[in-house]
Amino acid sequence: MEKFTTLRGVAAPLPMVNVDTDMIIPKQFLKTIKRTGLKEGLFYEMRWTADGQKKDFVLDQPAYQNAKILVAGPNFGCGSSREHAPWALLDFGIRCIISEDFADIFYNNCFKNGILPIKVSKEIIAKLMDDASRGSNAVIEVDLEKQEIKGPDGGTVHFEIDAFRKKCLMEGLDDIGLTLEKKADIDSFEKKQKESQPWLNAAE
Amino acid sequence: MAFRKKAATPPPEPPKPRTLFEKIWDGHVVHRQDDGTCVIYVDRHLVHEVTSPQAFEGLRMTGRTVRRPDATVAVADHNTSTLPASAGGVDEESRIQIETLEKNVADFHVPYFGMDDPRRGIVHVIGPEQGLTLPGMTIVCGDSHTSTHGAFGALAFGIGTSEVEHVLATQTLIQKPAKNMRVAVEGSLPIGVTAKDVILAIIGRLGTAGGTGYVIEYAGRAIREMTMEGRMTVCNMSIEAGARAGLIAPDETTFKYLDGRPYSPKGGAWDLALSQWRRLPSDKNAVFDSQLDLIAADIPPMVTWGTSPQDALPITDVVPDPANAPDENRREAWARSLAYMGLTPGTKLVDVPIDRVFIGSCTNGRIEDLRAAAEIARGRKVASGVSAMVVPGSGLVKAEAEKEGLDKIFIEAGFEWRIQGCSMCLAMNADRLEPGQRCASTSNRNFEGRQGRGGRTHLVSPAMAVAAAIRGTLADVRDFQ
Ligand code: SF4
Repeated sequence: MEKFTTLRGVAAPLPMVNVDTDMIIPKQFLKTIKRTGLKEGLFYEMRWTADGQKKDFVLDQPAYQNAKILVAGPNFGCGSSREHAPWALLDFGIRCIISEDFADIFYNNCFKNGILPIKVSKEIIAKLMDDASRGSNAVIEVDLEKQEIKGPDGGTVHFEIDAFRKKCLMEGLDDIGLTLEKKADIDSFEKKQKESQPWLNAAE
Repeated sequence: MAFRKKAATPPPEPPKPRTLFEKIWDGHVVHRQDDGTCVIYVDRHLVHEVTSPQAFEGLRMTGRTVRRPDATVAVADHNTSTLPASAGGVDEESRIQIETLEKNVADFHVPYFGMDDPRRGIVHVIGPEQGLTLPGMTIVCGDSHTSTHGAFGALAFGIGTSEVEHVLATQTLIQKPAKNMRVAVEGSLPIGVTAKDVILAIIGRLGTAGGTGYVIEYAGRAIREMTMEGRMTVCNMSIEAGARAGLIAPDETTFKYLDGRPYSPKGGAWDLALSQWRRLPSDKNAVFDSQLDLIAADIPPMVTWGTSPQDALPITDVVPDPANAPDENRREAWARSLAYMGLTPGTKLVDVPIDRVFIGSCTNGRIEDLRAAAEIARGRKVASGVSAMVVPGSGLVKAEAEKEGLDKIFIEAGFEWRIQGCSMCLAMNADRLEPGQRCASTSNRNFEGRQGRGGRTHLVSPAMAVAAAIRGTLADVRDFQ
């Protein structure tokens, strides 16, 4: 996983509420057996008409074609657990999403892919949404170490983030590797469980 | 007692009362960091074709193996055709995805309910059916509706593909405990009102993000009086309120359902299991972070009108007017929903014409759902111009329905009777709505494009779906009883 330390880039505004993962990447793109190449499907139905014409979706407008940050409406990423949603965002180049709140599974999935989801208050979102509406001038800087977002006019806001998740992102840590270091704990848990709940091992 | 001398050894503090969630959580902590982040043991891992290929690929690339193949079960359900194999309903990409699963389960020795296995079905239908879902377990699957299994008092939640890989490799997950919410539905349900109506009413009250960060425990008489099938319908849709999981305390109904299932414990192990399961329900004074109370008698048959499951109203109501929305955000969302759904404010919901009906999914594709649907369909006919299909949740549900003659009732009424799978719940296979088509569906999501691009979904119970099929409009099932 790519480390996340600081990020500077254009922020695109997406003020809709309840953007669900079916919208972020529709089902026809879930048939892949790879993690890459999913940007074709990103926000597909919002970007293309049924007969294949480009709509004027924000990420297709010249100012936002290289956006690295998304400023989004509340409850972003609700619905299905498909990790294809963060994969598609990442494939497009989005490394950071800022919203009032996120759906749990999507939020979790972001961290596993080096994407930083930032939760801030409604007031700050309103300000950032305004900033993001300035087209290619909407350059925002995110500093994960300092937990700060710097707007295009130089003003900074602080954000909160779980310390452990922050560390994993900053160091690009491999979760599975970390857990495998606790192999002895897992072994002893299993041994105890086998004794106290033997039926759990019956499904062989 | 102020003047009394302090006792040398204070009596031991009584154990803190705990919720069902806390008991299961505490019983599965493998390791706890100072900040509260835990490594949690996973007792059962369900795997399907869509969210697993990249996880197995990850194992291959790192040279890792599956730690507990015996605690893992795989099945193909999302992508499979509901027509006989001879109809060739599977496209190239879907075929590759299913074959990839077959190769992965063979390479990593994971038990698999194959394409021709009569037990094959929707992952959340077959887990309980086989007794693979048991009280007190932790269960995960790369699918958000894993919450279904909470009906058995198991802590069950959906995970992404990276976490699927994590569980395959380590049989654990890294998590922090969720908050606890209690939703109580007091009293008995009126006639014509089902578990589906209850959960739609709850989501209508909580909102689609109201459960974010919580595990919801459903309680109260109406829940206790539900069958396991009904409880599964309720827990299934917890995720539509944003909750991580839904839970219902195991009781005699649960134990009766599980007794004798293929993977349920047997003999002495069953007795030992029972004695532990009986200790699972939340303690009397356990503290919940949040509480919602509903009166069963107040819940009518429900239907959704918009593009979020929270857009649920009694069937007797009218399409709402965005001008009356509670806030600006909601006003915009409602207007967008109505434009997508092609509905005009003020229209009676029972006057909304429909083109399609879908009965099935992990929400309402179990035998009891099909019985309830057949009850209304018996001796009636699907309205002309409406195309309606029934897709059983599993091969065993299909076989049981056919044994009871339900398939004949449906076919005579003009429904198509299909092979088990997810089907038009997410329309990854050929079963999908055409742009602009309107569907009364027993599934769980009415998102834009969920059942096919431009398709319009109204979520209802199985009996309500049949009522709609017969009238050709959304309909009140109570008019048919
Ligand atoms: S039936 Fe629908 S919700 Fe259930 S697992 Fe299949 S696609 Fe997901």
